[in-house]
Amino acid sequence: MADAPDTRPMTLVQAVNDALDVALSQDPRVLLFGEDVGMGGVFRVSDGLQGKHGEARVFDTPLAEAGIVGYGIGLALAGMRPVAEIQFAGFLYPALDQVLSHLGRYRHRTRGRFTVPMVIRAPYGGGVHTPEQHADSPEAVLTQAPGVKVVIPSDPMRAKGLLLAAIEDPDPVFFLEAIKLYRSVKAEVPSGHYTLELGRARVARAGDAATLVTYGGMVEVCLKAAEVAAREGVELEVIDLETLAPFDAATVMASVEKTGRAVVVYEARKIGGFGAEVAARIAEETVWSLQAPVLRVAGWDAPYPPFSAIEHHYRPDARRVLEAVRKVLAA
Amino acid sequence: MEPLRFIAEDGARADPFPLSPEELTRGYREVVRARVFDERALTLQRQGKLSVYPPYKGQEAAQVGAALALDPGDWLVPSYRETAAALACGLSMSQAILYWRADPAGWRYPDDLRVLPFYIPIATQLLHAVGVASAGRYQGEDWVALTFIGDGGSSEGDFHEALNFAAVFQAPMVMVVQNNGWAISVPTEKQMRNPRIADRAAGYGIPGVVVDGNDLAAVWHVTREAVARARAGEGPTLIEAVTYRVGPHTSSDDPGRYRSADAGAAWLARDPVSRLRAALEGLGVWDDAREEALRAEIAEEFAAAVREADAAPEPEPQQIVEQVFETMTPDARAAWEVLRRG
Ligand SMILES: Cc1ncc(C[n+]2csc(CCOP(=O)(O)OP(=O)(O)O)c2C)c(N)n1
Repeated sequence: MADAPDTRPMTLVQAVNDALDVALSQDPRVLLFGEDVGMGGVFRVSDGLQGKHGEARVFDTPLAEAGIVGYGIGLALAGMRPVAEIQFAGFLYPALDQVLSHLGRYRHRTRGRFTVPMVIRAPYGGGVHTPEQHADSPEAVLTQAPGVKVVIPSDPMRAKGLLLAAIEDPDPVFFLEAIKLYRSVKAEVPSGHYTLELGRARVARAGDAATLVTYGGMVEVCLKAAEVAAREGVELEVIDLETLAPFDAATVMASVEKTGRAVVVYEARKIGGFGAEVAARIAEETVWSLQAPVLRVAGWDAPYPPFSAIEHHYRPDARRVLEAVRKVLAA
Repeated sequence: MEPLRFIAEDGARADPFPLSPEELTRGYREVVRARVFDERALTLQRQGKLSVYPPYKGQEAAQVGAALALDPGDWLVPSYRETAAALACGLSMSQAILYWRADPAGWRYPDDLRVLPFYIPIATQLLHAVGVASAGRYQGEDWVALTFIGDGGSSEGDFHEALNFAAVFQAPMVMVVQNNGWAISVPTEKQMRNPRIADRAAGYGIPGVVVDGNDLAAVWHVTREAVARARAGEGPTLIEAVTYRVGPHTSSDDPGRYRSADAGAAWLARDPVSRLRAALEGLGVWDDAREEALRAEIAEEFAAAVREADAAPEPEPQQIVEQVFETMTPDARAAWEVLRRG
């Protein structure tokens, strides 16, 4: 049995919980806090952690997002490793001042004297009929904050390794978790401690016909589209960015240079979304290898709809991705 | 609540008096040091040797009095206005000059100095002070965090969130509001309906104290008590120091556009420096010779600080993209090469 891989099937919620448990167990500087975090959080991500690690280290804060982030920055400045939870990314906005004005600037403005090794976790995105405001995808706003890393995992195994890497990172990291993926998939997750490198995109599926560049909750959508295409003999390459900032241009460009075609898929509003940055970078760095214009499949230029029955028309699905693929292949 | 006061405008001391003659002398030295730095810094700015500079004339006692209540190991979390407090906490004059020169050499304070950099976005520092304060408890440290804010800043949401967080977590934090009458051009009466900012402490379930901010003895005394309570685990305190911004908001501001030339004339009589000197003279521990010696010493300290600041290496363009992350990203590395070539 010694050779048996020590893994367990876990949902993304369980994998994140496991990562937090490992981090709290191995580093006394790690603190976990936010709204309702003590009882396990609204998604039960912190289930059991207060009981195990105590009320001093896993605790509820007053209901104030700027307070949560600002308090965490202060803790980090004075030697702690805070992991803050924002209940939904759509409720991050009261804290944007702290994020944009301070979170990623401290190392720069003190020339390295003070740093903010802090993680801010937030569930994001649509697909599960949440009420108004709960389905936002504000990652592009966060990538505009210099000095802040933005990580979005796409499966349980990667979520755990990336979150542990984020907590151990010397700089602030936003860690967005797709609500849609929280319980929809179970995958084998190694137990104990392991990390996955931040700042690296990965090839989630290899192919040569066209490149789908995506991240987070859209990775499963793109993999599904790739499966459908494969049945018609079209092999799509799927790049899972995982870390949006800092951006791993090399992996994206290597793929696009190979396929000559790129479709960028994200669920945030299309204009000014992170996919716009990806498309621009492809144009800047490898336009000569392109056989077709870079297309984007993204949320429409409207608020994420709070109307359950038609919500699925907003969030990109495999059908819309394949439509774009057909266009770039026809070019 | 009437502001607590121990030194009258003519220098008369209340009985009992909270400071020893030695403490009062030390306080006076720091207040004069702060005054001299401020006046000369403004001159440097006019000569083009500082960037925008926010003077604090008239507020020296409020800042120095609070700063002197800290022990080594405590933290200062200042707004842009608090150069006097930072100097009293150990920031060197040359570092302060380089900071306000907007020179990167001035922005890395010594590793053993627990002073955070000046904060521009109003009230955002307050939440950091609460976090810094709480962080000590996890590390077996009994440090206290002292933070400052202005009357205008008390309108911000972060002011409320910081006081509430500090109260709920019983964080060892002391917050001093320097109620100096103005937020750039907006007078306090347009900022709030109840002008007694310390009253708000009751809403958070914490002690609130109002003190004559131009009386070093009073500020030092109430802050010392607040620091002791915080260190003993009894939670935060809100201190309102009533003072007056005698000068412009910053070196870029012209108060003539929004207040009459004689506005605040009464405050000149309440000057914290001359009041303190009168108190020391009343104690018989100060005279012209000591004053002259002190002024000469500080003038030399400032001159040496300018020489030291002027000797700092010229900033280099590539410093712009340094220190964003611990490890430079490939994009930053590429930018660094471009900038280095100039
Ligand atoms: C969030 C934010 N809003 C506006 C400003 C521009 N601003 C700088 S100082 C100031 C007035 C602050 O007044 P007060 O808090 O009373 O402090 P004082 O300047 O009198 O020390 C304003 C509006 C700012 N720096 N930050």
